[in-house]
Amino acid sequence: MNAQIAAILTMDGVATGAIYVLMALGFVLIFSVTRIVFVPFGDIAAFTALTLAALENRQFPGTVGLVAVLAVVATAMELFAILRAGSLARIPRALFFYLVLPLLPAALMVLVRGAPLGAPLRIVATVALILPIAPLIDRIVFRPIADASVLLLLIVSVALHFALSGMGLIFFGPEGVRTQSLTDFSVMVAGVPISGESILIVIAAAIFCLLLFLFFEFTIQGKALQATAMNRTGARLMGIRPAHAGTVAFLLGSAMAAISGVLIAPVNTMFYDSGFIIGLKAFVGAIIGGLVSFPLTAAGSLFVGVLESFAAFESSPFKEVTVFSLLIPVLLWRSYTLLQPEEDGEE
Amino acid sequence: MKKLASVMAALAGLCLAASVQAQEITVGFVTSLSGKASSIGLNYEKGFNAAVSYKSDVNGHKIKIVRLDDVSDPSAATQAARKLVEQEKVDIMIGTSSAPGATAMMSIANELKVPLIAISPVLLKIPAEGHPWGVAIPQTPDLMVKVIADRMKREGIKTAGFIGFNDSWGDLVYNGAKAAEAAGGPKVTSNERYARTDTTVTAQALKILATNPDGVYDGGSATQGALPLLELRKLGYKGGFFGTPSLLNRDFVRVGGKAVEGVQVSAGPVIVTSQLPDSHFSKKIGTTFHEIFKKANGVEADDGFSGYAFDAWLVFLKAAETALTKAKPGTQEFREALMDAIYADKDVIGVHAIYNFTPKSYYGVDERSLVVVKLVDGAWKYQP
Repeated sequence: MNAQIAAILTMDGVATGAIYVLMALGFVLIFSVTRIVFVPFGDIAAFTALTLAALENRQFPGTVGLVAVLAVVATAMELFAILRAGSLARIPRALFFYLVLPLLPAALMVLVRGAPLGAPLRIVATVALILPIAPLIDRIVFRPIADASVLLLLIVSVALHFALSGMGLIFFGPEGVRTQSLTDFSVMVAGVPISGESILIVIAAAIFCLLLFLFFEFTIQGKALQATAMNRTGARLMGIRPAHAGTVAFLLGSAMAAISGVLIAPVNTMFYDSGFIIGLKAFVGAIIGGLVSFPLTAAGSLFVGVLESFAAFESSPFKEVTVFSLLIPVLLWRSYTLLQPEEDGEE
Repeated sequence: MKKLASVMAALAGLCLAASVQAQEITVGFVTSLSGKASSIGLNYEKGFNAAVSYKSDVNGHKIKIVRLDDVSDPSAATQAARKLVEQEKVDIMIGTSSAPGATAMMSIANELKVPLIAISPVLLKIPAEGHPWGVAIPQTPDLMVKVIADRMKREGIKTAGFIGFNDSWGDLVYNGAKAAEAAGGPKVTSNERYARTDTTVTAQALKILATNPDGVYDGGSATQGALPLLELRKLGYKGGFFGTPSLLNRDFVRVGGKAVEGVQVSAGPVIVTSQLPDSHFSKKIGTTFHEIFKKANGVEADDGFSGYAFDAWLVFLKAAETALTKAKPGTQEFREALMDAIYADKDVIGVHAIYNFTPKSYYGVDERSLVVVKLVDGAWKYQP
């Protein structure tokens, strides 16, 4: 291995790592606010890629069916809860947030079905279609068990991954897709080719890190999320609704999954079940950050990407083994160096 | 009493009718119409449709067909095979669209002693006692690699890099390449692997470049098979690319674009029927197959899988002719006669190969079953 090869590997690793950064930040965000390890994160990213490809091929995206099913179930559950509480005045609001709003992009999609859309419009439409998925799942699956233990939430989350990937097969079919490149730009830096795609990915990750930082530091909404993450009961006493904070966290998570999906789609063939393994590697990054620290998570995810790249060069059949074996020393190190506070005596 | 007698008479009549009915041959066909393998399974289904429209009786005996879907699941394939034998009393089975499914069906065939013509590779040991109760139509991975390795040797390629999937398919192709090396083929300089879900293979490509091989084996399949080739071309690799029939895929060509132009793969002759010389064994039957396929399904046959289903039918028809002279359909003797006839028939010509089955192996094809095709301007061209 010479310096040039090392440089190429590092570049490649950083580009892969940046995708993990986006996903891992989503993991941490959702976990810190809701205590849910949101395993289906990768699935949502894969669905994004499949939606984008469907729009590109002027096919009707399966996402519309998926969102419709989720929205109808969520509305039914919400209405049932409202009827039981007897506060009928909340019905219009519930209908708007759980039925009309999520179905709006889907309805637009039905109207423009088959029409040629420009690349930026396709991306916007895709993100709009994907956005409601995570909040709706939150309403259907996690809201009723919001106070359960972390372990139970994790198990439900894993089950949800299998359910979603099964639904992915129904709505998107078994074929893999790859979308057109976002850009053909490429530049040589000291003999190392850097593709525009990698630059885009890294820039997107950087922008998202910055936006998250600004959101948490300078907005009331962000501070409310942070407060919920630190202490649910305390936040509640201060007038913050944890359920609402959860929805916001899931919405942000959905957005990050969508963005990473859009960025992966042109560099890799995505299948309905491709998201899981990518999400799993991002999860390793999130673990390095202890599922709490955003900067450490970003650094950890980049590290996973670069490690993966070098491991693939050294011995490609053992690449995954190397990446996932990393979890063991990291977990050991974290459990020795950080004394985790007892979690409100819940477990 | 009279009533009882008439009932008895009616029953006897029914039995008689049933025994006349038994004169028709029952064939069970299993493929995956849903689930992961359904994109391939559908091709098998279409190929089978074409086969049935090609010929649906043997010497005046009608053929009854029972079709089942195995939802891409080997355990469902097992159940389907049991159902076919125990409920439907089939004389012979044809199936299914994945190697694990076909393997599962083969073990049932061996257990229940009902012939199976597998249309996917079978990864099962030959039973220690007696003979196996089935044959497999497809070319073996070894053969697929050998044919392309021979071509590389002919083109003067001395060294070849290998990059393939990190799974059993990658292993099969790599082992084939190593076997070809031992037989005087190109020397394999690397064993790089990647997963279907990988976003990048830059590292593996760099490793291959470092060994500077004359050509590169692609041990991937379908769309993701294009990934390493794209990367190698991007890094400036100039040598040739070589692969197996698993790259014969529309998405491979679409995704690979210019980078995969000129890639050479071994393929069943049915892929390029119209380009074959008239002297080629597959020309005549292949042309018939393409015509019937279009009539039966309304679309052109552009895959290799439908050809396997068609060939399975041809092998069955040929064997049934002999078997009908020896036993009656619906009996175990007929099943045995069918199996014996499949082994006894020599040089059965299909769209993929000339079949010669023996009880020593599930496979009965030789090097004639593969031709080399090259991707020129986005279309596969026959290379004599």
